[in-house]
Amino acid sequence: MTSTVRRGAVVGLGCVVAAAAWGQQGKTAADGIAEYRRMLEDGNPAELYEAKGEELWKKARGPKNASLEKCDLGKGPGVVKGAFVELPRYFSDAGRVMDLETRLVHCMETLQGLNAAEIAKTAFGRGEMANVTALATWVAASSRGMRFDLPTSHPEEKRFYELGKRAFFFRGGPHDFSCAACHAEDGKRIRLQDLPNLTKNPGDGIGFAAWPAYRVSNGQMWGMQLRLNDCYRQQRFPYPGFGSDVTIALGSYMGINAKGAASIAPSIKR
Amino acid sequence: MKQLRTTLLVAAISAAGLLVAGCAAVPSPDELDAQAQAMMKASFRDQGIAKVDRIQQDLGQAACSSDTPPPETVAKQVEAQALATVRWPTGGQYFGDFVAGERLAQSGVGMAWNNPTADTKANGGNCYNCHQIDKKEISFGTIGPSLWNYGKVRGVKNVTDPAAAPIIQYTWGKLWNSKAYAACSNMPRFGHQQILDEGQIRNLMSLLLDPRSPVNQ
Repeated sequence: MTSTVRRGAVVGLGCVVAAAAWGQQGKTAADGIAEYRRMLEDGNPAELYEAKGEELWKKARGPKNASLEKCDLGKGPGVVKGAFVELPRYFSDAGRVMDLETRLVHCMETLQGLNAAEIAKTAFGRGEMANVTALATWVAASSRGMRFDLPTSHPEEKRFYELGKRAFFFRGGPHDFSCAACHAEDGKRIRLQDLPNLTKNPGDGIGFAAWPAYRVSNGQMWGMQLRLNDCYRQQRFPYPGFGSDVTIALGSYMGINAKGAASIAPSIKR
Repeated sequence: MKQLRTTLLVAAISAAGLLVAGCAAVPSPDELDAQAQAMMKASFRDQGIAKVDRIQQDLGQAACSSDTPPPETVAKQVEAQALATVRWPTGGQYFGDFVAGERLAQSGVGMAWNNPTADTKANGGNCYNCHQIDKKEISFGTIGPSLWNYGKVRGVKNVTDPAAAPIIQYTWGKLWNSKAYAACSNMPRFGHQQILDEGQIRNLMSLLLDPRSPVNQ
């Protein structure tokens, strides 16, 4: 409890300092934001979700009263370390390419007897969906500092990369936006927000290598599924289904492009 | 030794076989294009005002959906079609209120699934998201060019001067349907897609071109 309170105080202070930094002339927006992030990293609230995720992984739950400790995230049953930086990948037991969150839901169904379709329909931040986010946060944290190296040997992995590339450049909606409209060039910004170029490795801890992340602006923990969902909201597209092929394919595209980038997930964002 | 050689040969053949099978299993570029279209249709659902018909691409959207620009002939066709859609202002009235224009330029609201209505009156222009406009606003994006001194650097001293007519018409056309001048422009087609109405576009025109606008100081 004490540590939560202290952490809250640190976050509050960070906001004040950042506002002051943005007001100063001669300091670039990026400098101000970087300083803000550094101050916040001392107390990233993502740690709370990490702890919750680890507990959920080990706890016997669901109709089958089982833990997730036998869940195969791609490196064999129960292997967590290093799994995050190799996802999405093809899973022969499911017959499809899966990202971290869809794989976790798959394990929650097969091992614990929970209903995957019901979980996929649950709003972000609610019920079992909030548990999926916490689990994803912990799994990602277990690969912190490791470099992305998604497998590409299975034809489905190659196919999903190609589909993801096409989705990335797909223009639509009333504003004619695509992912590429904002994320296909170096050094661009929306307002003060730097935009990573996701058509290549954007660097350590940038873009795909930064999520899940704790969002300071709304006090929420976001996995990659919610990150993509909100991108599509801002693109003025209709609503992408949780774990739908377009979300997995975009994960394959960004993840394979990020080969060699070190993961800093779970990170902290404005 | 002979046995080893046979084993190696068998291994090599199976490896080659797997390789061929692997290659054959990845569809051709045309097949992938069709699969990607089907994937886009299957992956989204209606939410609020954002219906799945937003995935239906028109000629320009489809032509500008890859990492390579469309062929020149297609680009020209997209631009010609876009220019033909431009609705020129009623009564030749191009200008409104630059203060209201600045408010519109600041607002990034509109047309997303969490917005209750698609009515133009509820929408902003999103301008600062991508452009520098009034230098006093330091929070601006860089996807589009700076519009600081937009009218001034184009020599607009008096908007009623006939010499200013070409840039006035171009700016209206660009705001109404940006694709009239660049097939794959990243800029939304504010008038054509009914994001903003005529009155709102007049206000943005004043923000950019009126010599009294803070943008042209």
